[in-house]
Amino acid sequence: MAQAKKKAAAKKPAASKTVTKATKKSVAKKPAAKKVVAKARKAPRTAVKKGASNKGPSNATLKSLHLKMLRIRRFEERAGKLMEDGKVPGALHLYVGQEAVASGVMQHLSNEDWITSTHRGHGHLVAKGGEFKPMFAELFGRSTGYCNGKGGSMHISNMDLGMLGANGIVGGGPPIAMGAAFSNQFKGNKNVSIAFFGDGASNEGSVHEAANMAALYKLPCVFVCENNGYGEYTPQSGHQAIVDVADRASGYGMPGVICDGMDVMAVYEAAGEAIERARSGGGPTLLECKTYRYYDHVGIRGMGLTYRTDEEVEAWKKKDAINSFEKRLIQLGVMSRKQLDDLDAKIGEELEEAIVYASDSPYPTPGQLLEDVYYVKGA
Amino acid sequence: MSEAKKPEPRVLPYVLAINEGIRTVLREQDDSFIAGEDVAAAGSVYGYCGGLLDEFGSRRVIDTPISEKGIMGLGVGASATGCRPIIDLMFMDFLGECMDEVANQMAKMRFMFGGKATLPVTVLTMGGAGGGMAAQHSQSLEAWLAHLPGMKVVMPSDAYDAKGMIISACRDDNPVFVVLNKQSLAMSMEVPEESYEVPIGEAIVRKQGTDLTIVAFGRMVHEALDAAEQLKEVGLNVEVIDARSVQPFDTATVVTSIKKTHRALIVHEAVKFGGIGGEITAQIQEEAFDYLDAPIMRVAAPFSPVPFSPALEKLYIPNAAGIVAKVKETLEL
Repeated sequence: MAQAKKKAAAKKPAASKTVTKATKKSVAKKPAAKKVVAKARKAPRTAVKKGASNKGPSNATLKSLHLKMLRIRRFEERAGKLMEDGKVPGALHLYVGQEAVASGVMQHLSNEDWITSTHRGHGHLVAKGGEFKPMFAELFGRSTGYCNGKGGSMHISNMDLGMLGANGIVGGGPPIAMGAAFSNQFKGNKNVSIAFFGDGASNEGSVHEAANMAALYKLPCVFVCENNGYGEYTPQSGHQAIVDVADRASGYGMPGVICDGMDVMAVYEAAGEAIERARSGGGPTLLECKTYRYYDHVGIRGMGLTYRTDEEVEAWKKKDAINSFEKRLIQLGVMSRKQLDDLDAKIGEELEEAIVYASDSPYPTPGQLLEDVYYVKGA
Repeated sequence: MSEAKKPEPRVLPYVLAINEGIRTVLREQDDSFIAGEDVAAAGSVYGYCGGLLDEFGSRRVIDTPISEKGIMGLGVGASATGCRPIIDLMFMDFLGECMDEVANQMAKMRFMFGGKATLPVTVLTMGGAGGGMAAQHSQSLEAWLAHLPGMKVVMPSDAYDAKGMIISACRDDNPVFVVLNKQSLAMSMEVPEESYEVPIGEAIVRKQGTDLTIVAFGRMVHEALDAAEQLKEVGLNVEVIDARSVQPFDTATVVTSIKKTHRALIVHEAVKFGGIGGEITAQIQEEAFDYLDAPIMRVAAPFSPVPFSPALEKLYIPNAAGIVAKVKETLEL
C-alpha cells in the first residue's frame, strides 16, 4: 500500500511535464489563432491539410463559439451547485474547463451529424443545441427531461439533435459512433459522427476496435480524445506509457492530430479539417485535444486534493478558454465587455428559469417505469 | 391451376433455412445488411451465409475484423441511426468479448433515452455443445441474455423455426438474439420457400400429452420428443412444449399445459444452476402451484465447463435417456 503511494507520488512530475508542454505549445501558438495549432502525425492514407480555409471565421461564428462555451460553463457551474446542495440525485461529472473542445467541434455539425459522448456529457449536449429546461429536468429526474427522467446525467441524450447519449461506460461511445458512421456511409449521405472520449477511455479495448474498424471501412467518423490528463483520479502517466494519445493513430492507419484543447480556435480549425476529411470520404481522424477539468472527477471540489496539486489546477486556469477568447473578441471588436456581460446575465436568467421549470415538473408516473423497456407496436 | 400437381414438399436442412431466412430479409429490407466475422467471402464458418455476397454485394454482406466489441457496437450505432443490421456473433461464447455493447448499450438504450431511440438489430449466434469444441466454443448462455430488460431472445429448435424466427427478429423493432444450435445444422424438414414469420414470445406444443409437461429449449426439444416416444412404450403420455422464445417467455402456454398434466419438467442444455429453468420453475409455482401434483424437476447440464473429451462431453449434454429417467422419477415409477 505504502509502496503504491510512493509510486504514484513518483509519477507526479511526469504529469506536470504534460502540463508544461501543453502550456508552452499554446503560448507559442496563440498569436496565430488562424493558423492551425494542429500537428499532423503520420498520415498513411490521407495527408493532413494545412489550414482549413483561407479566410478566417466570420464574426457570427466567433460569437457562436463563445456562446457555446459560456452556456456550457454556466450550466455546469449551476448544476454542480445544485448537486452540492443535494438538489440533484446521483452523481454529476462536470465539464468545466473543457468547454473549448465540445464547442470547437460542434460548430461544424448539424443535427444530422451524430455524436457519442462520455459520462462527462452535459457540455457536448449543450454545444449540440441542448436546451436548459429539458436538460435540468433530466438531471432532476423529471418526466419533462430529455429522457423522461429515466436516463439522468450519465445517459442524457437527444436523437433529434444527433446526440447518441452520454455514456456511463468509459469507452462505451466510440463503437456506437463508428456504427452511426457506418450507417451514414451505408445510406450514402454526407453526415459524420464524432466519438468523444477521454485519455482514460483510450485504454479501453472498445475504443481500439472502433478505431480499427472505422479506419478499415474509411468511415466518416472523427475520434476526438479529450485528454484532460486524468482517467478518473489517476494521472495519465499512471495509466499509459505515452503522452500523446494521437500517437496511436498511425497504428490504425488514420491521421493523428494534436491541438490545444484550451484554445477554441485551435479546436475549431483542427476539427474542421478532420470533419471535412470525413465528409468527403477521406476516412476517420484521431484528434487529440489537450485540456483539463477544473472540477473533480465527480462534483465540484477541484482543489486541495490528494491526487493533483492546486498549483497544477491554477496553471491550467490561467489558460482558461473562455477568458482568453473573450479578450480576443474584445480585441477584435467582435463584442464589447458590456455585451459579454449582458450575454452572461441573460444566460443566468435562462438558467434560473430552467431550474424553476425543472423543479416544478412532475416526476415520472409509476406507469412509466415499464414503458420503453421494449418498442411496442402502436404504443 | 386446379389440375396442377401438388408440389413435393421441399426439405431443407437447418443451415440452409438460416441462409434462406437471412436472404429473405436482405431481399425485403433495403436498409438491412449482415456483418460479422467471415460472413462474406467465406460464407460463415457454418456455411449459412453461402452465396449472400454474390447476391447482395459487399455493401450489404460485410466481413469484419475479429472484434466483437466493434461488431456489436456497429449493430448498436447503425440500428439507432436508421439501419436494420443483422450482426453475426460466430460463437455465443464470444459474448464475453462484447457484453458491454450487448448489455449496457444495445439492451438499455431505448429505455435510457426515454423511448426516443429504436434499435431494430438482430444478432445471430451459435450455442450448444457436442462437437468437441470444449469449454469456450460450446456454451448455452441464453440466461445471460434473457436477464437483460430490453433484449429479446429466441432459440429455434428446427429449420422451419430458424427461417421464420430470423425473419420475425429482423422485422421486430427491438434487439433480438437468435440463438442457433450447431448440432442442428444438418437436421432437415419441410421449409416453405415463401417468406413467413414465427412469432416471438409464443411457445408451441410439439406433442400433446396428459401425464407430465416437458418444457424444452432449442435442440433439447428433440431429445424431449425422443424421450416422449420411449415413454410411450411404457404407457406414459407426456406433453412436449418447445419454448421457442426465452425472452419474452410464454408462461401462459406452459401454465395451461400444467393445469392439464399437473407435472412439469424443464429441459435445457445450459448448466442447471442459474439456468432459465429455475426461472420457469418459479413462474409455474407462482401461477399454478395448486395444480401441481409433484415437484417441478429439471434436466440440464451439470455445473461444470463443457469438457473436451468425447467421453465426458457425452455425459455432460442432457439427452433423451436422462429425460426418461427424470420423468419416471417425477412420476415415482
